[in-house]
Amino acid sequence: MKDIILKAENISKQYRLGQVGTGTLSHDLNRWWHKIRGKENPYLKIGDTNDRSTKGTSDYVWALQDINFEVERGEVLGIIGKNGAGKSTLLKILSKVTAPTTGGIKSRGRIASLLEVGTGFNGEMTGRENIFLNGAILGMTKKEITSKLDEIIEFSGCERYIDTPVKRYSSGMTVRLAFAVAAFLEPEILVVDEVLAVGDAEFQKKAIGKMQDISKGEGRTVLFVSHNMAAVKSLCTKGIVLEHGKVIFEGNVEEAVNKYFDDEKQFAQKEWNIESSPKTNFLRLLNAKVLNENDELELNHSITNFITIQFTYEILEEGNTFTHGFNLFNNENIHILSSHDKKSLTLEQAPAKGIYSKKIIIPGNLLAEGTYSCSFAIMRYNPFVVEFHEMDIVGFNVIDEFGGDTARGNYNGNFPGIVRPILNWK
Amino acid sequence: MDSKNTNDWLFEITPKNKFFSLNFKEIWQYRDLLMLFVKRDIITVYKQTVLGPLWYLIQPLFTSITFTIIFNNVAGIKTGSIPPFLFNLAGIMVWNYFTACLNGTSDTFKSNASIFGKVYFPRIITPLSIVISNLIKFGIQFGIFIFFYIFFYFQGADLSLNLSILFFPILIAFMGILGLGLGMTISSMVTKYRDLNNLVGFGVQLLMYISAVMYPMELIKEKLPKFGWIVQYNPLAYVIETSRYMLLNIGNISILGLLYTMIVTIAVFFIGLLIFNRTEKSFIDTV
Repeated sequence: MKDIILKAENISKQYRLGQVGTGTLSHDLNRWWHKIRGKENPYLKIGDTNDRSTKGTSDYVWALQDINFEVERGEVLGIIGKNGAGKSTLLKILSKVTAPTTGGIKSRGRIASLLEVGTGFNGEMTGRENIFLNGAILGMTKKEITSKLDEIIEFSGCERYIDTPVKRYSSGMTVRLAFAVAAFLEPEILVVDEVLAVGDAEFQKKAIGKMQDISKGEGRTVLFVSHNMAAVKSLCTKGIVLEHGKVIFEGNVEEAVNKYFDDEKQFAQKEWNIESSPKTNFLRLLNAKVLNENDELELNHSITNFITIQFTYEILEEGNTFTHGFNLFNNENIHILSSHDKKSLTLEQAPAKGIYSKKIIIPGNLLAEGTYSCSFAIMRYNPFVVEFHEMDIVGFNVIDEFGGDTARGNYNGNFPGIVRPILNWK
Repeated sequence: MDSKNTNDWLFEITPKNKFFSLNFKEIWQYRDLLMLFVKRDIITVYKQTVLGPLWYLIQPLFTSITFTIIFNNVAGIKTGSIPPFLFNLAGIMVWNYFTACLNGTSDTFKSNASIFGKVYFPRIITPLSIVISNLIKFGIQFGIFIFFYIFFYFQGADLSLNLSILFFPILIAFMGILGLGLGMTISSMVTKYRDLNNLVGFGVQLLMYISAVMYPMELIKEKLPKFGWIVQYNPLAYVIETSRYMLLNIGNISILGLLYTMIVTIAVFFIGLLIFNRTEKSFIDTV
């Protein structure tokens, strides 16, 4: 027998794009005019799905569309999806911060959210005063907080500063204190969004442990949103994958995570047809792939592994000598590196008609954690001519690891820098 | 069938609130938060100041002195047997309570957007906390009024009390409710139309001049018979006039005027509540 504690029925959420202000009054009047005549809201019908990359025709978008799911008591549901898939909107609706445009949620338990820890912290007040204020904002009564005060202070590890105004705290301490308050909440349903991204290793371990206690030990229901697939896999029992505001998968967490990665894998390869391919009069690109150490298509690469980018092209006309170029950009569009194939055979000897592949190998322990985008160019020397330079062909993610072999080692905090090689210290 | 699978839901989240839905049970559950907000408002304002809560007293005292010089000494408004300073202090004190409530609550959604955007609690807690913390502020100011009352009494001023002072708390409650109602209305509308913010700023200042704060209500009828009705239809003027009657036994009490004030206050409060309820659910998308 299923014990459903939370049920989402056809939730949709519409947002208005652009400047809110111009035209608000006229839209409001129009809406009201339709309403008194007993007609439907005219702005509910229009609206595109929420795909940021394409330009829509309407000023209204659906951030969420017809979301349905059920959560059983004691289940830990992972909600995963790319940026802009609607995860945060869904959490906002679940935590009653904003209302859905249509549809509804039914719940059999109190919902408390850790959308962002430290909400309502007041810098002028002491740590102790803030524990009470924050606890009350999250829905605890004074009595509940008083009974747990010692535990909260101990868990936060801020005993010494507890009677100091919070504005004097380091950001790490603020987060510890805030998470400590939230961790001792006792709602039937807890909504958690990426709180684990902060704090040092020791505290993260504590926080994950606490979340596991909450879900496994105390049998409470947790809705967990994260980009950290390792954390999702280890904590959750069930997953839903969101894409452009729709649920594209609901079920087992392993499958959900795979679905999420599959979906992303498209960035690791590109195929062109005859019309669209980048080309010159003697050459056209056929496809590009990002490969792992086993020559398999892969989007996510461990920081220690080398990454192979393979370009395949077709020679359309004989008698041309040329070479290849490659540029790498990170997700802030910083040009990380540029490389020319200086010793290419194609510089000496013009290749015959046919299909050729070129591989570029980026060594391990070079790039910092992050998302990268590759471009490819065909050039001629003497005189130097760039035949074409195609941007944003394929991309990949570098994922940092902990441990002895990495530049990071056992340090778990913020590690800056756009490259992360292992240097010799003598 | 398991009974859990029937429709025994604890709560539902729906697109719109019902018409006058004021969930008293929920507000009661969050009463500790209400008190903590009040505490926060009181103690944080004057942290890191030397004079601390004394600032609550400095403002009305200096305003009263200024009013006494300008309106009574220069302009020559007569306050009868009552010392003009005490007359002004009483008016300013009550007026301040109204404006503090109005200004504080009219900013509810905008200034709390960061909290409201992350956690849910009954939004009405915030304006309520402002009205209550201002009541405490008013209490402190009332203390200084009593001090000067006694001071002038021993100076030989002709001061007397009447029984109506027993109703003074009710009068103040109405002032708070009126400020709250107006504030809630404005705060809800500000989320969409920021223009209102500017209006409140100078509107409140202008309002003071037609609220009988620095002159007796009789005076305006006598001197400006054509425009006296503006003051007469202003419910705030009745509250101020009545509070002076209760505290200083000056002027007169108009039962009809008070009844009118009560009706307006209740109407404003319910309109405010209605608009506030409609706004609170999705204001975060427009603010």
